[in-house]
Amino acid sequence: MSRFLGTQNRTLWFWVFVGPFALGLILFTYVPLAWSVYLSFFDAHNTVSPDDFVGFDNYTSMLRNDAFTDSLVTFAVFSAFIVPTTFVLSLALALMVNRLRRAQAFFRSVFFLPAACSYVVAAMIWKLSIFNGVRFGLANTVLGWFGADQTAWLSTTDPPWYWLVIVTVRLWLQAGFYMILFLAGLQRISPTLYEAAAVDGARPGWQVLRHITLPQLRATSVAVTLLLVINAFQAFDEFYNLLSTSSGYPPHARPPLVYLYYTALGREQNLGLGSAGAVLLALIIAVVTIGQARWFGLGRKED
Amino acid sequence: MAISRRTLLGTGATGAALGLLTACGSNTGRDGGGSGGKGPRLAQWYHQYGEPGTEQAVKRYAAAYKKADVSVQWRPGNYDEQTAAALLTDSGPDVFEVNGPSLDQIREGQVVDLTALFDGVKDDFNPAVLAPKTYDGKIWAIPQVVDMHLLYYRKSLLDDAGVRPPKSLDELVDAAKALTTKDVKGLFLGNDGGAGALGVTPLYAAGLSSVTEDGEVGFDDPAAARALGKLRQLYADKSLLLGAPADWSDPSAFVQELTAMQWCGLWALPAVKKELGDDFGVLALPADGPGGKPSLPVGSYGAAVSARSDHKEEAKDFLRWLWIDQAEYQEDFALSYGFHIPARLSLAKKAGKLKEGAAADAVRYSTEYGYSEPLLWTPASRTAYQDALSRIIKSGANPESELKSVVRKVRAELDRVKKKS
Repeated sequence: MSRFLGTQNRTLWFWVFVGPFALGLILFTYVPLAWSVYLSFFDAHNTVSPDDFVGFDNYTSMLRNDAFTDSLVTFAVFSAFIVPTTFVLSLALALMVNRLRRAQAFFRSVFFLPAACSYVVAAMIWKLSIFNGVRFGLANTVLGWFGADQTAWLSTTDPPWYWLVIVTVRLWLQAGFYMILFLAGLQRISPTLYEAAAVDGARPGWQVLRHITLPQLRATSVAVTLLLVINAFQAFDEFYNLLSTSSGYPPHARPPLVYLYYTALGREQNLGLGSAGAVLLALIIAVVTIGQARWFGLGRKED
Repeated sequence: MAISRRTLLGTGATGAALGLLTACGSNTGRDGGGSGGKGPRLAQWYHQYGEPGTEQAVKRYAAAYKKADVSVQWRPGNYDEQTAAALLTDSGPDVFEVNGPSLDQIREGQVVDLTALFDGVKDDFNPAVLAPKTYDGKIWAIPQVVDMHLLYYRKSLLDDAGVRPPKSLDELVDAAKALTTKDVKGLFLGNDGGAGALGVTPLYAAGLSSVTEDGEVGFDDPAAARALGKLRQLYADKSLLLGAPADWSDPSAFVQELTAMQWCGLWALPAVKKELGDDFGVLALPADGPGGKPSLPVGSYGAAVSARSDHKEEAKDFLRWLWIDQAEYQEDFALSYGFHIPARLSLAKKAGKLKEGAAADAVRYSTEYGYSEPLLWTPASRTAYQDALSRIIKSGANPESELKSVVRKVRAELDRVKKKS
């Protein structure tokens, strides 16, 4: 017994502390993942123990399915909007806050606070208060002062104003978080570099930003971009809460996770097809992330 | 053995972690909060009704049952998804409300055959809502109440605009346009422009159907594209209210005068009457074309027994008691909180609240113009159709080509379900 209590049996204590969590990971992550791959080869309507093996049929029908391919297009459009805008805004905020001599902690907190708000709550505020389509919505009230007609922000597809709502809510929620990452990066840049640049005649502003700050922020920028792309893939909460109605979700702006949710877990309960979609999506995310990391040279030794 | 502090903490951490793991998803309603009956514990699930008093009422009914300890769970959120997922596990309900059951739920054996409960009373149930609960000659759920969707219109606003209640889809398009002003829109069909709320009702208004009685696609016909094109016209005319804070199933937009007409449920009738008095009327969706007729959907939440229940017989006994024997509770549930037609014809006939005004019109429309969605209209078909309708309405997609694609998908879905039967 004494050997269990002593420090010499570190393996035992490792498993005592790590074991329950490893067990949880296996039970709630790896087993469902493996089960999902298994289900993807079966016709599994309303069942998780199917017996009708269909081979790759679910994969082929998912790839031929307009709704799934449209959802990938939605993701691409969303990423094209959200990744650069969040990147630029959070970098701009970081640069501004970093230059402040007074009240830096205050402004850092103010910009970071939205990150503590839930996506669901923010989406509901955007949907019900700011961008509702009737005359007492905030946006419509303000536009009404200038004589503009009421705009149904989330219900019109021409022009697709819903993108404005979706992108602004996410920008508001996450720009502060990435600002903190950039701030950390900025604070690691040695002041002597700026001094040397000044001695060499570099003009403060754009020239210093381009030739000193941005190259020094390369590692942070790569990490931020990767995180932004992965987060965009995982978009669900704000899309679902902004655009779904009591009767379902419109076909426009339906990201992959929302589509798979309706296929697998909604009333359709087509767990085989949904699982095939999930596997395909996981593969796409893996390929994109690895490709992106290689392109940015992540993990490569610095010269 | 002396237990050191480290041992105690280590054990405690492990125990807490395991406790957390086992606690996940264990709230099945089977433990605690029961009615106090003598027999086994039964978990009964309801979706969250908006009308005050309904929750207390169903808990009162459960408490009055003495042969089992019935614990009611009132479940907000996406109820259909919750029950569909719960039926795959052993921690789901014993008895539950279901907006169905769907064909796949029946065929996967997730619900119990309740046919025997209807001995001697089957003819007293409204056939329109009993039919979609019947498959293979067996009945899989007891209809609780009859619900329907209908078109509410504000009499005074129509009078002011010199518009009469529309008798055809064309007249509806014209009326909505005439009633639209800077602050008030002519018609509210839901924030998605009607794709979800109207669903297949325009097809029935054009004299067609979603799936025919012999199991074929019911809208492979030019009349379908013509009818759906008129919904696009409403959108293009800017006659539709869109982006309302509360969706179509809530009468807020109508009573707050954001719209002159609204597609809503019968359940909203008391709230509308309370706000507007007699200044409103109700209609079915008007007919379209020479072969059409006014149409509105009638449906019903049903009470079903989960096939995974450990107490199937007791659960069936409870449902027989509640939804077949207790006429007083059935009438109370239908008419004291929200507003629904009792599923039993004998109760509907004698309900005083259904005998006059708009309520009497609604009851008449339900028998004259009501249709119910067949079981073969599966969720996959419904999604494909609704997506196409949304594209027609909002994006101006061509109705003929969109419907052609839906017909293909629905035919494939019908082939799938026929192949398995």
